[in-house]
Amino acid sequence: MNYTWNWHIFLEPNPTGAGTYFDMLLAGLKVTIVTSLTAWVIALICGTIVGILRTLPSKLAGWIGFAYVEFFRNMPLLVQLFLWFFVLPELLPRTIGLWLKQMPNAPFYTAAVGIGLFMSARVAVQLAAGIGSLPRGQKMAATALGLTTLQAYRYVLLPMAFRIILPPLTSEFLNTVKNSAVAITIGLIELTGAARAMQEFSFQVFEAFSAATLMYLVINIIVVIGMRLLERAVAIPGYITGK
Amino acid sequence: MLANFDFDVIRRSLSYLFIDGMTFTVTLTALAAAGGLFFGTMIALMRLSGYRVMGWIAGLYVDFMRSLPLVLVIFWFYFLVPYIGQWITGSSRPIKVGAFASSLITFILFEAAYFSEIMRAGIQSISRGQPAAASALGLTYAQTMRYVVLPQAFRNMLPVLLTQTIVLFQDTSLVYVLSIPDFLGAASKVAQRDGRLVEMYLFAALIYFTISCVASYFVRRLQARISIIR
Repeated sequence: MNYTWNWHIFLEPNPTGAGTYFDMLLAGLKVTIVTSLTAWVIALICGTIVGILRTLPSKLAGWIGFAYVEFFRNMPLLVQLFLWFFVLPELLPRTIGLWLKQMPNAPFYTAAVGIGLFMSARVAVQLAAGIGSLPRGQKMAATALGLTTLQAYRYVLLPMAFRIILPPLTSEFLNTVKNSAVAITIGLIELTGAARAMQEFSFQVFEAFSAATLMYLVINIIVVIGMRLLERAVAIPGYITGK
Repeated sequence: MLANFDFDVIRRSLSYLFIDGMTFTVTLTALAAAGGLFFGTMIALMRLSGYRVMGWIAGLYVDFMRSLPLVLVIFWFYFLVPYIGQWITGSSRPIKVGAFASSLITFILFEAAYFSEIMRAGIQSISRGQPAAASALGLTYAQTMRYVVLPQAFRNMLPVLLTQTIVLFQDTSLVYVLSIPDFLGAASKVAQRDGRLVEMYLFAALIYFTISCVASYFVRRLQARISIIR
């Protein structure tokens, strides 16, 4: 290999004039974390609503849930981001479209919403499966106690279902973090984007990507450990994972 | 809104989109799925082999690959493969690797991690009595895997493997970051050349959507048929 390694590159000032190359990567890491968390909140909210829709007895609600999931699952995330970023402003009325295009941080908002909706379909599937895995008696007992459908979901079904699907939700959250890298295509300088920029400025390809790789690994480890603690804290007594 | 929609730009670029772009996407998907399945099965066998070190290495590889974004892995291999090629062939400078070869290697190695998890679940779903019966019949370990365990594991996991292949089909669009003209890349090139982003991206979305929908419909039907037999 005639590649010249230079690990000191991280301490050298970056061409944007704001600190070292390492600061540049840290800024990217911050964008990755903020984007993933925002997207995850959107995914949880929309995914919960759609997941509930899929389990309601109403045929129409089930159909809406099915259509929503199929819509967001059958297109590559990259294409969805392009639709939100390039196509949506053109299809809206002129003034709103212009406002969207001129919004500061447009890539960030597009990425957060686009990735959030993309992931919400997956959350919905998991949640519907979680609710479906509960014994039928739970819903019946809730109804027998006089709870309305809303109350039954709020106090009985959802608290159980969310605890059951915590492990798959962990991996969906990690997928959200990984998917945030796709936003590099609409110009968001997140961690992968920062590593790419560092490579283009400094020509130290492998140092830049190694650092980014390491940071992704650290995020993964922290999330996995954190979620394991959470799982233990909220485990349902009597279930395999319970106390 | 749709009044100044230019359908002609789609018609004019159809042959470029499908003959060049879609061929690239489909070929990449098919070869990466085949390669990923092969290496994935190897990794799954390593993990279940009972040799500590081998299982440990395989597990580390899978966890490592699965915690990285595909975009980053694509960049990694795009820059790394020429150096690996130089190291293997012993030439004096990094060898030139085409866009297709580079992305194929990336996707095979990346998908192998995901396929291996599916195959591992498939192998573990075979009851213990089967390999026991196979060795009672005098089959070696390799023969047991080849004739008894893997065919059943593969069959049980076929719907999941195909679903993963649909995901792979969608993920190949990410080679866009290397400016490779796959289906989306081709659409994007035309879009930027003619200033017709809306038409081209909507059309690309529609095509991806249709193909994935039809494919997952057939996977669901296959799943229904398989689960009746069992």
